[in-house]
Amino acid sequence: MRREPVLRVVGKLLIPYMLLFALYVQFHGDFGPGGGFQAGVIAAAAVIFYALIFGLPAARRLAPDAVVESMVALGVLIYAGVGVAGIVLGGNYLDYFVLDRDPVAGQHRGIFWVEAGVGVTVSGVMLKIFYMFAGRGRAQPRE
Amino acid sequence: MMAATVLAIVLQRNLFSVVVLGGIYSFLMATVLVALDAVDVAMTEASVGAGISTVLLLGALYLCGGEEAKPLHRPWLPLAVALVIVAALVYGTLGLPAFSDPLAPIHVHVVPRYLNQAMKETGVPNVVTAVLASYRGYDTLGETIVVFTAGIGVIALLRRVRRGEGKQ
Amino acid sequence: MSVLDHYSYWITVLLMVAGLYIVIARGNLVKKLIGLSIFQTSVYLLYIAPGKLIGGTAPIVADGFKVYSNPLPHVLILTAIVVGVATLALGLALAVRIREAYGSIEEEEILAAERDSEGRA
Repeated sequence: MRREPVLRVVGKLLIPYMLLFALYVQFHGDFGPGGGFQAGVIAAAAVIFYALIFGLPAARRLAPDAVVESMVALGVLIYAGVGVAGIVLGGNYLDYFVLDRDPVAGQHRGIFWVEAGVGVTVSGVMLKIFYMFAGRGRAQPRE
Repeated sequence: MMAATVLAIVLQRNLFSVVVLGGIYSFLMATVLVALDAVDVAMTEASVGAGISTVLLLGALYLCGGEEAKPLHRPWLPLAVALVIVAALVYGTLGLPAFSDPLAPIHVHVVPRYLNQAMKETGVPNVVTAVLASYRGYDTLGETIVVFTAGIGVIALLRRVRRGEGKQ
Repeated sequence: MSVLDHYSYWITVLLMVAGLYIVIARGNLVKKLIGLSIFQTSVYLLYIAPGKLIGGTAPIVADGFKVYSNPLPHVLILTAIVVGVATLALGLALAVRIREAYGSIEEEEILAAERDSEGRA
């Protein structure tokens, strides 16, 4: 598929917009539909699209295995970390209103970091699962 | 239309077309969800159901082979079981509240508090995000852990085959 | 109590039983997993349809709108969708491993291979 000019051109045009759209959905989730899950899936879909057109090794150069695997764990740690920050600053686990002097701003911060953690984990897991399925050859493993 | 798609999925034996029909079914479901005012859910269902699920199914089909064998037994027993379950469930749903009934229990317990206070307490207009991340944050933590577990489960199951023998 | 009142529930029941039928009546593992995911999507409909209020709008607080559809099922179903795809991914990984171990993903062929290996062992 690397040699199909239509796919390559369309891919090069669309993939940056897909990643940008994923970021938009992530951060605009407070005001419109969206949030961490949708953003994570869209970001993973952008990289999967890249892998389908330009080949798995090219995608592995773009998003190396080690980075994706650490993203999988990092998101959960961010989420749990927000909870621990709640305890450290004086409230219960996952209390957001202690994260800032103004409780509503504290809620904003808490929700922001929590959604970021969710987005990171979801995109990492979806991408990693795709790598595992696509990288496992049938008779001869392709690498 | 969704019923027709599902019927086609049941009867088709070429798995590749079943996967494509599954993608169509997901998009139809997302459209129905938008008609029911569930915009977040529709976005998630469209991206996850029609996007990721289709990719994963195609990957698995490539690794497994794409044709379903003809069933050996006539499916009378499963068909009878299915019809009995349909009858029982339809009888059960007759007791449920009518469509769009504002006095149904789902609308009167805790939801008015979420709808009225979400803006004041969290400053976030999207009530679904506010409930998901703030009022019910523990559930979302559990869900993130479930996704994480699925990821490491797939990693554990599908680590790379060495030439000649598989991992045990 | 007219037909229109409960129409959404009946569609849900139809989809649910279709998914269930695929799971119990078909032998191919991948097709069973697809049936399972159809079953799960029917449950989404089961939860969200009662939350809709005719004349309401999406539950995003904005000036000028008074009636909102119920946001609580949306939250629960968001979680359910993601858990559903996690289940699908794990199930497919298992199907791939079964295929590599037994050479087939048809339930009857796998059971026959198991019986043969037990008979010989």
